[in-house]
Amino acid sequence: MAKIHVNTTINGAPTEFLCDANQTLLDVLRDNLGLTGSKEGCGSGDCGACSVMVNGRLVCSCLVLAPEAQGMKIETIEGMAEGDKLHPLQKKFVEMAALQCGICTPGFLIASKALLEKYPNPTEDEVRYWLAGNLCRCTGYDKIVTAVLDVAAEMRESAR
Amino acid sequence: MSEIQYQSAKTVKEAVKYMQAAKGKGYILAGGTDLLVQMKSGARSPGVIVDVKKIPEMVTVTEKNGSFTIGAATPAAVLGENKKLRKTWPGVIEACNLIGSTQVQGRASAGGNLCNASPAADSVPALVAAGCIVNVAGPTGKRKIPVEEFCTGPGKTSLKTGEIVVSLTLPKRPKNSSDAYLRLIPRTEMDIAVVGVGVSLTMKGDTVADARVGLGAVAPTVLLVKDAAKALIGSKLDDAALDAAAAACSAACNPINDKRGTIKYRTKIAGVLLKRSAMIARDRINGIEHRGHRPV
Repeated sequence: MAKIHVNTTINGAPTEFLCDANQTLLDVLRDNLGLTGSKEGCGSGDCGACSVMVNGRLVCSCLVLAPEAQGMKIETIEGMAEGDKLHPLQKKFVEMAALQCGICTPGFLIASKALLEKYPNPTEDEVRYWLAGNLCRCTGYDKIVTAVLDVAAEMRESAR
Repeated sequence: MSEIQYQSAKTVKEAVKYMQAAKGKGYILAGGTDLLVQMKSGARSPGVIVDVKKIPEMVTVTEKNGSFTIGAATPAAVLGENKKLRKTWPGVIEACNLIGSTQVQGRASAGGNLCNASPAADSVPALVAAGCIVNVAGPTGKRKIPVEEFCTGPGKTSLKTGEIVVSLTLPKRPKNSSDAYLRLIPRTEMDIAVVGVGVSLTMKGDTVADARVGLGAVAPTVLLVKDAAKALIGSKLDDAALDAAAAACSAACNPINDKRGTIKYRTKIAGVLLKRSAMIARDRINGIEHRGHRPV
């Protein structure tokens, strides 16, 4: 079976790859393109560890077929920091120890960034529900939620 | 596995052609939040996957003379961001926005939720209450199916080979109308309905002029409960009318026992949720807001 040729944009860079019809975007990111920041937790859209942005929308890359990426704009965790300069959310997660093993962290960061870009002033309840599709089995959610709320407050302050 | 083909259709006609050629081995890819999981588990083995998200009419919402038509593959998140749609059909939209996580919302569609034909699909009871019409295209042309007649059993629909759901049409709303959807799950988020109830009301003064009730997760398919609507119509949503409508919902139940709820529990909860949904729909007609937990 011939491979499918896909042209896409990943973190601003035009990218092409060959894939099978039944490969997921997550498979291609990790196995074909070496972008292993997006993690596979469940592979069924339950855990959010593979969260990426597709055309500005938060999705699980394990639930996107790779051929669908044709012509799309994809943002992954690899595009979050600018060189050595961490995104405020990344910095805060480190400062507040909002992670332990780190498997869920890329997904939480991508999802939290999507939240704050759209809703700069979320309540704690809204943060918790927005992140309900991101599972963490070690840190506990309090540190993560507090970090997101702190960054939201700081970003609002610096935007004034 | 490698024989799977992926086709991205540009038009409805093209999608129908691919589905017809696949001879029953074709699967429509809308949001993929059910299909990809089913492929992974081996529950479904498509020969051809037909992606319909490049077909404009399948991913947009249009309004004509007060009637909304929702492209079958429009992501639920997009529906939630459509202020006018949300204001006109808050129950339909809250139901669509209860499907899965934020990530799932970015992909999952009302058309997909319907075609997956789960008895516990969240959007369907609300669509049944709304009087939604399913617009189907197939090899022999187009046809319209009332949403309550669309599913024929768990995982089964009335679509024939080659037919696809193009869009969902919600009728024009009379004045003083609104709707609500409530579901019960064993936790606060990310679970499957034990019972789901959609209620759509039109009031004249403080009297119910028209009502429809959709009931999910308590039978092989989502039910239109005409007796519950009858009990509400003409009433002032007083206790006697709500009790009668609740009893009609419980009487309509034909549920299963499973880890989420027993037959007895589901039967009782169907009535409880009917009452609460009806009161939320009335509140909305009176300008009292009820909203979910995610930011809007």
